[in-house]
Amino acid sequence: MSGVRVLVGTRKGAFVLTADGKRKRWEVAGPHFAGWEIYHLKGSPVDPDRVYASQSSGWFGQVIQRSCDGGKTWETPGGGMTKTPGGTPAGESNKFVYDASPATGKPLTTHQWYDGTQHPWEFKRVWHLEPSLIDPDSVYAGVEDAALFRTSDGGKTWQELAGLRGHGTGPKWQPGAGGMCLHTILLDPSDPKRMFIAISAAGAFRTDDGGKTWRPINRGLRSQYIPDQSAEVGHCVHRIALHRSRPTVLYMQKHWDVMRSDDAGESWREVSGNLPTDFGFVIDVHAHEPDTIYVVPIKSDSEHYPPEGKLRVYRSRTGGNEWEALTQGLPQRDCYVNVLRDAMAVDSLDSCGVYFGTTGGQVYLSADAGDSWEPIVRDLPAVLSVEVQTLP
Amino acid sequence: MIRLVLPPHLRTLAHVHGEVTLDVQGQVTQRSILEALEARYPMLRGTIRDHVTQQRRPFLRFFACDRDLSHEPPDAPLPDVVTSGAEPFFVVGAIAGG
Repeated sequence: MSGVRVLVGTRKGAFVLTADGKRKRWEVAGPHFAGWEIYHLKGSPVDPDRVYASQSSGWFGQVIQRSCDGGKTWETPGGGMTKTPGGTPAGESNKFVYDASPATGKPLTTHQWYDGTQHPWEFKRVWHLEPSLIDPDSVYAGVEDAALFRTSDGGKTWQELAGLRGHGTGPKWQPGAGGMCLHTILLDPSDPKRMFIAISAAGAFRTDDGGKTWRPINRGLRSQYIPDQSAEVGHCVHRIALHRSRPTVLYMQKHWDVMRSDDAGESWREVSGNLPTDFGFVIDVHAHEPDTIYVVPIKSDSEHYPPEGKLRVYRSRTGGNEWEALTQGLPQRDCYVNVLRDAMAVDSLDSCGVYFGTTGGQVYLSADAGDSWEPIVRDLPAVLSVEVQTLP
Repeated sequence: MIRLVLPPHLRTLAHVHGEVTLDVQGQVTQRSILEALEARYPMLRGTIRDHVTQQRRPFLRFFACDRDLSHEPPDAPLPDVVTSGAEPFFVVGAIAGG
């Protein structure tokens, strides 16, 4: 029987939740990397037992972890202990150095700071890891301060795809309240050279040549917190999602506004419709229905919890505009958690499972595409990310 | 042999328990201790000092002989009792939180 493995990153470690295809009985393993912030874990679509994790700390910086057995055991790629000086491993799996070489064309050294002045790019952490669709040793990493890196040796070394920062708008990017992070990486399953990324607070960008060149794809976005509300960059995009069968249709949860593009980001239109608030962080797509999407409305940018203390997932079966509240099994009073941008995922079992984690430490599952919910776990540390692997 | 005490999170990362003992070649300084440590435990590179600048991470301190040596030059000789192994060299995480 098939099964699922849920990879949960939290403020104080990583957890691996597993169940068979019925999704009724769960085993909880962890915390792995106890006490560290785990912004994201994700498995390779090619080799599901290959899992990568971003481990970070305000004291000790960034560490990259890799598992080859589905999260049971972990190693720092290329960082094993050596007893003799000869043949010392490089230990560079956590070395993210911005490309400053003239060969890349336009190396950048500054971006816009909160006060409008220019500020040097400074690496802080890896927010998101996106394994390649075809090679388990290749992974993209979205980092803060915003940039895109890639490894092709299983995480031992990382190189920046400098064309993103260098395409011209980089000096206009600025940090949001959570820092200037590259948090979303979408690989187009129909075109290996096309990729979408999103940055807070710069916006969405696309490459059609495997990451060499990039351009902003923010036409149609309007943001009241920037002087030119329709500017080319400066939008605080929180999350983008696509369905693998229709990768030219993109869905976006922006700081405010839920948006949709039908032309691979060339233009966007608002599909917030009847949502009680269109602020939020997560957005995801049903595994089998490209027009069925999910968001979790959050009250406002200054009050990061559900409106009225009711935790509600909203589902649209029409690709936006018409939304229904999904409440069965979710707390409908006194609930003041948040659901962060990487904390929702879907499995691809016949009855699509939808999962999300909260800053209150709950991970909820709906095994019927959102109609009803139940917690898998209730008391983890604040959840930063949720990913799901559907296992054969 | 130099005796080194790491904070718990770094001991876990390096898969060690208790003190680390290191054979440091040449003069014993902050830099030579950290280079010997990172050579033996490459997974610690970048966690105590920045990969590029080699600067101590802001929330880490270096103590020995009841003194804070964090702001001493990295190539300054350490006290003889550290060199002899009579006293350990501490890498300490700054207290934060309430």
